[in-house]
Amino acid sequence: MSEPGVPGQFTATLERDQPETGPRRMILNMGPQHPSTHGVLRLLIELDGETITHCEPDIGYLHTGIEKECEVKTYQQAVTLTDRVDYLAPLSNNLAYCLAVEKLLQLEIPPQAQWMRVMLAEFTRLNSHLVWLATHAIDIGAMSVFLYCFREREEILRIFEMFSGQRMMTSYFRIGGLALEPPRGWYQRVKKFIDIFPSRVDEYENLLTANPIWIGRTKGVGFISLEDMLDLGVTGPMLRAAGLKIDARKDRPYSSYDKFDFEVPTRTANDVYARYQVRIEELRQSAKIIRQAMEGMPSGPWKADDPHVVLPDREKMKTQMEALIYHFKIVTEGFRVPEGEVYHVIESPRGELGYYVVSDGTATPYRVHMRTPSFGNLQAVPTMVEGILIADVIASIGSMDFVLGDTDR
Amino acid sequence: MLPENLQEYSTAAAVDRFDADALTGGKHALGELTLEIVPAKIVSVCGFLKYDQKFVRLSAVTAVDRFPAEPRFEVVYHLHSIERNERLRLKCRLPGQDPAIDSVTSVWRSANWYEREVFDLFGIQFRNHPNLKRIMMPDDWEGYPLRKDYPVTGSRV
Repeated sequence: MSEPGVPGQFTATLERDQPETGPRRMILNMGPQHPSTHGVLRLLIELDGETITHCEPDIGYLHTGIEKECEVKTYQQAVTLTDRVDYLAPLSNNLAYCLAVEKLLQLEIPPQAQWMRVMLAEFTRLNSHLVWLATHAIDIGAMSVFLYCFREREEILRIFEMFSGQRMMTSYFRIGGLALEPPRGWYQRVKKFIDIFPSRVDEYENLLTANPIWIGRTKGVGFISLEDMLDLGVTGPMLRAAGLKIDARKDRPYSSYDKFDFEVPTRTANDVYARYQVRIEELRQSAKIIRQAMEGMPSGPWKADDPHVVLPDREKMKTQMEALIYHFKIVTEGFRVPEGEVYHVIESPRGELGYYVVSDGTATPYRVHMRTPSFGNLQAVPTMVEGILIADVIASIGSMDFVLGDTDR
Repeated sequence: MLPENLQEYSTAAAVDRFDADALTGGKHALGELTLEIVPAKIVSVCGFLKYDQKFVRLSAVTAVDRFPAEPRFEVVYHLHSIERNERLRLKCRLPGQDPAIDSVTSVWRSANWYEREVFDLFGIQFRNHPNLKRIMMPDDWEGYPLRKDYPVTGSRV
């Protein structure tokens, strides 16, 4: 363990010492409030001229102790905390957590709720990828893409708001199903959006795909070998842009993803441009999944049939004594989850998102650990940027698509 | 020795063949396989699992505090084999007094940050770790927040 520094003061020294011979190298402190780090990431960069010789990421500025907080909430209350882990993909986190707890409870989720969850998880992917594309492009200098992407993102947020009352932290999933059924007119709105969305993706591509400046800034930049990525814990679109067809939705289908017809896009160039191509293709595939979910939505209940876990309908609560008692019990003390442990992995927009939930048989989780994709991906930053030019750092780390809330939890 | 309830699982059998003393127990529950490993053997077992059994990815490292039970800590490793489409959980139990275990950074480089996080939040030492210092909390922080005897709310007096 290193000696503690002075509280509240940055130590502008690197772990390794300056070389004794040769030209003196410059240490550049990028962040923690750098606009291109999308959150509070600090990169300590050692430069020889314009070439990066050493890089050390410094994280933890957004650590909020969510894992600790989960241990004093009931299982249902903890859902609202999972939203805050990755604030660009809240529903993916809800989904992973709910699936883990439902596995412990061995709860059967009705098909309609499962399909709805798939649909919303894909909307989350669209939302997340659009923010990524907008900010990644603006970092490199393509200003107008930002405005185009946020136009569609705004519509997605309105779709979220319509069913949950919230634009970002929807907390819409419940253990055992969904909070409510979507309101009247929601499907029409989704249909309108999905009909127009593919043409909007074409617009983004018109702006970027053949743009010589974009190509110049992204092609051949940010290479990191597949072996390094696997060894360093990188997941998601980064691996797919290196030619590895890995996607938890296909490898271990959850929440009826096996009933949907979609492709896992891959590229082999393994650079910033390839990652851009993969994510653009994922936008199209997600839109395809949403359309399938909307058109083939099975009918049936929205919640699992387990009165110990799932809140009763309002109508029943007001007319049946038993339902009222269950309601009271669930709201005041929660529900007990059988002893055990489970690690559930889903494919979040950023990669492998795993929730490790340990239960000791009481109504609060004994331990919740989030294996977040951004944390694993960020670890590869030094390997990726060492040896390249400082001007390419922004493009390289932008292509990783990390969210610092997701990293620090 | 291979526990009876694990005999039908090839990974468990392979670990047992590799080193019969390393495996002390385990279970297969809810479709997930857990193997309990002797802490002193974790690096060799992980090396075997990565290079021989194709668990090329270390998905996560975390810990569980069983305070006040003894042995108090469980260090939990989640492994992933892409080729076999399999996941595996390894578990090592450590005492509450000076918990320490060998680092697996020599097997997977990704363990670097994962183990730093466990060190930071649980106070478990990882021997031979290249850079064992706090990662989430400030460097001068006292205590280990995810331990069960660490309060959730309140201010420092």
